[in-house]
Amino acid sequence: MMRSDQTEPTPSGRSTAGSPTKQPGRSKAVKPRRAHPPIWWWSRICLYGLMAVMSIPFVFPTAWMFLSSFKPQAELFRKPPALLPEHWVLEPYINAITTQPFLQQYWNSVYIATLVTLGTLLFSSMAGYAFARIRFPGANFLFMVVLVGMMIPAEVTIVPLYRAANALHLVDTHVPLIVIPMLGAPSVLATFIMRQFFLGLPGELEEAGRLDGLGRVGIFARIALPLSKPALSAVAIITFLKSWNLYLEPLVFVSTKAKFTLPVGLTQYQDSYGELQWNTQLAATTMTVIPVLLVFLFAQRQFVQGLAQTGLKG
Amino acid sequence: MAPTANPAPVRRADARRTGATRKPRRNAMRRREALTGYLFITPQLAGAIGLVIIPLVVVFYYSLHDWNALSSSFTFVGAGNYTKLLADPSFADSLVASAWFSIGLVTLNIVLALALAVLLNQRLPGTTLFRTFFFSPVIVSLVAWSIVWSFLLQFDGGINGFLSAVGIQGPNWLRTGPTAMLSVIVVQVFKNVGLNMILFLAALQSVPLELREAARIDGARAWRVFRSITLPLISPTLLLVSIITVIGSLEVFAQIAVLTGGGPGNSTTVLVFFLYQKAFRYHQFGYASAVGVVLFVIVLLLTLAQFQTRRRWVHDEV
Repeated sequence: MMRSDQTEPTPSGRSTAGSPTKQPGRSKAVKPRRAHPPIWWWSRICLYGLMAVMSIPFVFPTAWMFLSSFKPQAELFRKPPALLPEHWVLEPYINAITTQPFLQQYWNSVYIATLVTLGTLLFSSMAGYAFARIRFPGANFLFMVVLVGMMIPAEVTIVPLYRAANALHLVDTHVPLIVIPMLGAPSVLATFIMRQFFLGLPGELEEAGRLDGLGRVGIFARIALPLSKPALSAVAIITFLKSWNLYLEPLVFVSTKAKFTLPVGLTQYQDSYGELQWNTQLAATTMTVIPVLLVFLFAQRQFVQGLAQTGLKG
Repeated sequence: MAPTANPAPVRRADARRTGATRKPRRNAMRRREALTGYLFITPQLAGAIGLVIIPLVVVFYYSLHDWNALSSSFTFVGAGNYTKLLADPSFADSLVASAWFSIGLVTLNIVLALALAVLLNQRLPGTTLFRTFFFSPVIVSLVAWSIVWSFLLQFDGGINGFLSAVGIQGPNWLRTGPTAMLSVIVVQVFKNVGLNMILFLAALQSVPLELREAARIDGARAWRVFRSITLPLISPTLLLVSIITVIGSLEVFAQIAVLTGGGPGNSTTVLVFFLYQKAFRYHQFGYASAVGVVLFVIVLLLTLAQFQTRRRWVHDEV
């Protein structure tokens, strides 16, 4: 990035970031050439310190949850609090699974989020592609109609949707939890992202496909879709997390414990006196959080870059 | 962001090549093309109409009726629900709570997201690790995150435990008015700030380095460079992020339900929570629908206002 050595090192240290050979010590060879090496080093240490301190509220709760889930109930609220359990126990985990159909709820969440994600990927890429690439009368108006969903919080329409589900005997089934996020207001953002992406795709590629004798569907499926992996992965992430986090809808539409999704199930760990079973709840929470977190850690490059690239840049 | 569908350039080139001599065939192709277009958008459009627009109209209709689901009474009352809302002190409370929550959340979230993005954009070795840290709560299930924080914020919970270790008696965070709202806001900020941070980071990285270097050579200090060069260049992202965050802040529900249950008193009963209580606890569907309409109008006005101010502070719409 830097072309000359004379440029002043920035206080942020960016200008020297490209020279990994620089030793962290007080190398005397460097010292006379740089105007303010001590400041530069201090700012670097300060930046690391700042980031480390800032990390605490982001990382500590998850760590605390994990460690506390192995504590017996009596140790949870001990003062002063100890980070590690004195006695490691697995009871909370056993209780989490046995006092509630937790595994069933887990499966519900997984399969609902997967279906919603797959459906959203298909429908939003189709609609996004058509709005970006295919010319048909009324396209602008129809796009506006779809876009309305982006301005309506899903909560606004929950009463009519509940009544409709009731009339169709779909209350206490998973159908509303799948269909509404897949095609309703929450899916509009996905269509918007896909359309933005397809707008930026060079037309020559499609032209080549057309010359090869592909029709619209062929161009979409064989050329446009394979090229849109960054956008698709961003949509997949956003959609999966949204469905995974959905709380109001399952609370409203589902009433049987075995049909709950995880977010609702997690709030149900109370003993017969209505007292919260904290360590049981934390164990269930840990089982909910850790697998997704692990997937994220392994796939985080695609994760973050997909989100950033699609960039929601407008 | 302008919702104009792009007339595909491919089609134009196609039309030129086939020329006017093959008009019937061209028309047939165009019709088929249009048909494909309609077919492609059908599922999404059906969803938008059936699951968004019709329900929205129905909410308006419901809101004009006194409708108690338990007694299954359904009578037209005109603006009755709205006048009742105006006179309802708990509705006023919920408006205030929503306003506080949104203002606090949006301000904290945007400032922190921007600050973290600037920190990460220094590209020190190892920043990927910190990026992972800051982003990780986004991946944690919302209810799980709220549960863990409610555990930490209990009167005898972790945070007060650590505070008492250094000799401070912490408040009962979730059970006293001001700290309850503060807690809910802060918990939500840490949960989702990573998402905005990533969007800002991507925007920051697209700011040409030469511009900043040039300003620096002209003698501008770091803050001045940030204010006069970086900020204007990332303003489109700033606009979009703030719109998404504002709308998101009005939709807050699960955190409230888990952390405070709307209390103490009504101090954290935000609009959506109020709506939920009226509809699904007290079965006042008509009244709840009126709340829904109010929520819709607020979101609409805020979105329009943000677009209106766009010209003043957004440097260059992409």
